[in-house]
Amino acid sequence: MIEVDRAGRSFTVGRGSARRTVHAVRDLSFTVGAGEFVGYLGPNGAGKSTTIKMLTGVLAPTSGRLRVAGLDPTRRRTALARRIGVVFGQRTTLWWDLPLKDSFQLIRYLYKVDRIDFRRRLDELAGLLDLGSFMDTPVRQLSLGQRMRGDVTAALLHDPAVLVLDEPTIGLDVVSKAAMRDFLRRLNAERGTTVLLTTHDLGDIEKLCRRVMLIDHGRLGFDGTLDELRATGPDGDSLEEVVARLYTGSAPGTPAPP
Amino acid sequence: MVRTYLLLAWTWLRASAQYPVSLAMMVLGSFAVNALDVAAIWIIFQHTGSLGGFGLAEVMFLYGTADMSFALADTLFGNVDRLSHHIRSGSFDTMLIRPASAFVQMATDRFSVHRFGRLAQSAVVLGIALPRLGLPWERTWMVPLMIACGVVIFAAIFTLGGALQFLLTDAPEVANAFTYGGSALTQYPLSVYGEQLVRGVTFVVPLAFVNWQPALYVLDRPDPLGLPYWLRFAAPLAALLLALAAALAWRAGIRRYRSTGS
Amino acid sequence: MEDVFLLYARIAAYGFRRHSAYRAAALAGAFTNSVFGILRAYVLIALWQARPGLAGYDVTDAVTFCFLSQAFIGPMQVFGGGLQLAGRVRSGDVAVDLLRPASLQLWSLADDLGRAAYLFLLRSLPPTFLGAALFGIVVPAGPAAWAAFAASFTLGVLVSFALRYLTALSCFWIVDDQGVQSLSLVLTLFLSGMVLPLNLFPGWFGELTRTLPWAAMVQVPADVYLGKRDVLEALAFQISWAAALLALGALATRAARRKVVVQGG
Repeated sequence: MIEVDRAGRSFTVGRGSARRTVHAVRDLSFTVGAGEFVGYLGPNGAGKSTTIKMLTGVLAPTSGRLRVAGLDPTRRRTALARRIGVVFGQRTTLWWDLPLKDSFQLIRYLYKVDRIDFRRRLDELAGLLDLGSFMDTPVRQLSLGQRMRGDVTAALLHDPAVLVLDEPTIGLDVVSKAAMRDFLRRLNAERGTTVLLTTHDLGDIEKLCRRVMLIDHGRLGFDGTLDELRATGPDGDSLEEVVARLYTGSAPGTPAPP
Repeated sequence: MVRTYLLLAWTWLRASAQYPVSLAMMVLGSFAVNALDVAAIWIIFQHTGSLGGFGLAEVMFLYGTADMSFALADTLFGNVDRLSHHIRSGSFDTMLIRPASAFVQMATDRFSVHRFGRLAQSAVVLGIALPRLGLPWERTWMVPLMIACGVVIFAAIFTLGGALQFLLTDAPEVANAFTYGGSALTQYPLSVYGEQLVRGVTFVVPLAFVNWQPALYVLDRPDPLGLPYWLRFAAPLAALLLALAAALAWRAGIRRYRSTGS
Repeated sequence: MEDVFLLYARIAAYGFRRHSAYRAAALAGAFTNSVFGILRAYVLIALWQARPGLAGYDVTDAVTFCFLSQAFIGPMQVFGGGLQLAGRVRSGDVAVDLLRPASLQLWSLADDLGRAAYLFLLRSLPPTFLGAALFGIVVPAGPAAWAAFAASFTLGVLVSFALRYLTALSCFWIVDDQGVQSLSLVLTLFLSGMVLPLNLFPGWFGELTRTLPWAAMVQVPADVYLGKRDVLEALAFQISWAAALLALGALATRAARRKVVVQGG
């Protein structure tokens, strides 16, 4: 479903003599099969967002190639957009001043979703995510938890094969977080939607992901199952301690152990 | 494209109608601010009978045609000049993950009727100026054509101004010099400006074709610079070329954006 | 007393520094102001060629006026805004500002003067020099004339601040501030001399516009620069309006504070 082959992305920053090239992602390779639920971990500035932007066609890679749902993201941006759903936890993809239900209607037209399919899917999602009470509220007046549920619904109305989530539980309270996780697990299990999830919340990873990838300094530092990840540290260490050791253990420039 | 445009515009229009008082204020405000330009012309003609060789009704005709073109272009595509705002806030990224043209999404963002204030204002001016000119019937066909070409030229300039912001994300105001500056320039007969400037807006940034060259035909006046007669009919060509350049610039901008990111 | 002065001097310095983060935007503004200066200068030249000596100006005076008015846009925020206060009133954050043990009005003024000083450097000088290079402009003769202009310009900024402060505070009582802003923009553009020099305005209306506070922003400092007006009389005119509007602002601040205390914002 997702194929990344030796993808790299560098930026030129600064001006004049201070000009230099920063490699946000270098030589990144991985594949994600249909129906997988993959956690994508990494410290701040490790290259997670850059990877997500490349996968969704917002950024073009400077080297290597990517395929998402069989398409080259930068060349076939609009075709890809119909097959994937994207949620940015830090900002909404909904229309700020529009009531939630109008945002959904717009998405129906933009993604050319059949009216009957749309009705059915919206009813289903509204039920699962409990949207009923704020469907008529403009997005800017929604609480963070409500907005996030709206954003997830918006990303799923066109029934995408791949769902990319960038920190979907950031800032949510305990109850909202549990509800969101429960929903995502069912989505993956029942519909077989492929999910790629970036997060700083290891609870998300423990509850949801069978497979974990860890990126640091733009390189893939670990790729394996949750149990394998735990096994990299001494017995009795919490997941948090294991991950913290992996983050600090990989010095810049030196490739982390596979 | 057109369908997506209408759909997005209609949705925004409905959203803005939720605040009718605010909307009315904005329409009135836009009407009044632009009426100041007409007031300026009127005051100037309190002191002189002709400006650059043109009388009050003729200047009002030039003003009305330019402003109507500008108002239409601004209503339809003016929002493109908010690009740097969208890039900085990250909302441009969210436009790129939707299956629709980023240009259409930009142009329709927060589409609201408040810009109609300016349109109404230019219509009033034209409505007063046209009958006073007593134009011969065989020349009036040019009036709607020149307004249409003016819309295309201004829309292209808005687009170029937007494309420029892919480069100058921190300085979107530069685009104002060309968009609003172009509008200010075409409100007066080009005969008041220096020769170099007029040649520049004829052959480089073709603002002279918004109204000046076609108006020389409509008003049957000689070109003060003695430029070829056929230029009076060249507005569609100029509009086409500029629109082409704008489309290319926008595409180049999007490509560049994808290869820089933020 | 000295401490208070130091506090506001520091706030002004912060205002200056905060705006220096927007250097590109300021330079872009200077570019736009310069382009408009050139376009408007040609229109005025055409008018003064038809009517030499109109309104007591010669062509060079008129061109100078035109570039000065463009140079004033940045420091005097002729198109409105410039105060963070307006946003803070709308969001309700102003309640915190009002409860600080410092005058909200003086605080805002100090900040605004810092902003004006920065924009003077980046947005006033370029259009003026460009106008001088392309068309030639009047230059005041001698240090006394420069000092008079400096005083008049500063008073212009002060009047501009006082008006914008009142506009921003009006959001306390008027829910839909869009209308107030539009109205204030139209009045400022037209009555300051920004659209055309006020001495071109005909009859009683022209006379009225020359007595209103907006005239203290563009028309009066430009006339002082051109040496077209008695300096003491001009400064007295600006000082009276600045004092009256600042006093009104102080009253409005007090009313706003009472409203915050009683209604909790």
